[in-house]
Amino acid sequence: MPDLAIRENSLGRLASAARTIPAAMLTVLPDAAKLLFRGRPSSIDAAGKAFGIALPMEACRFATSGNRTAYWLGPDEWLLQAVGEDSAALFAGLAAALAGHSQSLVDVSHRSDAFALSGPQAAYILNHGCPLDLSLQTFPVGMCTRTIFGKATIMLSRPAPEVFHIDAWRSFAPYVWQLLDEARSELA
Amino acid sequence: MLLITCPHCGPRAELEFSYGGEAHIARPIDPTGLDDEAWATFLYKRSNPKGVHAERWRHLHGCGRFFNVLRDTISDTIVTTYPAGQPRPALPSDGKENAR
Repeated sequence: MPDLAIRENSLGRLASAARTIPAAMLTVLPDAAKLLFRGRPSSIDAAGKAFGIALPMEACRFATSGNRTAYWLGPDEWLLQAVGEDSAALFAGLAAALAGHSQSLVDVSHRSDAFALSGPQAAYILNHGCPLDLSLQTFPVGMCTRTIFGKATIMLSRPAPEVFHIDAWRSFAPYVWQLLDEARSELA
Repeated sequence: MLLITCPHCGPRAELEFSYGGEAHIARPIDPTGLDDEAWATFLYKRSNPKGVHAERWRHLHGCGRFFNVLRDTISDTIVTTYPAGQPRPALPSDGKENAR
């Protein structure tokens, strides 16, 4: 039986041939354990305690502590991400802490791959396929949202003023990467 | 492109949304008790107004939630948006002032 835990990053080949354009750099982010949590208000505290980060209640914000990040995706929906951790162990720990609560927890670690777009022109390049206002006033550091880039749904977050993290489903990731790479050709 | 204000995420481009038909149509509690006429009315009959229309939209490429929109079908002006489950807000002029 094939070992489903072994997976290849869908951006590996593209990343190894990526051009160096300092104004807008594309870099693959390390694989992470990702759990999608949805729950009733009574379960949110328990999930935050078990994960180690209080789940952000403000719309479109994320909270980071160490290698772990909790992203607000909807009024009752969060993505819990732990870089470099084993998703099965994380899942088991959270599931045990949430037993008895009205909630759902799904391991989506293998669903998407993430990469960073960074540099002074990062927002400009993103706007080639994403109509969001990416100024620091309306999309501040610490904001995350699902949105659309070209024809693909992405999760966009901004950990630093000139750094965006893009999380796209595996089958869409090369498309998003290549579209961004094409857009940044004008800066090469 | 319309700019639609999601009650959770704020103003976003129309691209992120999908349309969900007329709002405030409650599914009959006992469908088997209805005659064909009443069931057909629930399934197919819509108000189709010329003017302000309450309709459902889903923030598909965003928070994923359904919510309600009052949109003027003449001018395509979005009068207001409000979370699903809330009653249709009363408007002083029922939106006619907002129609362009």
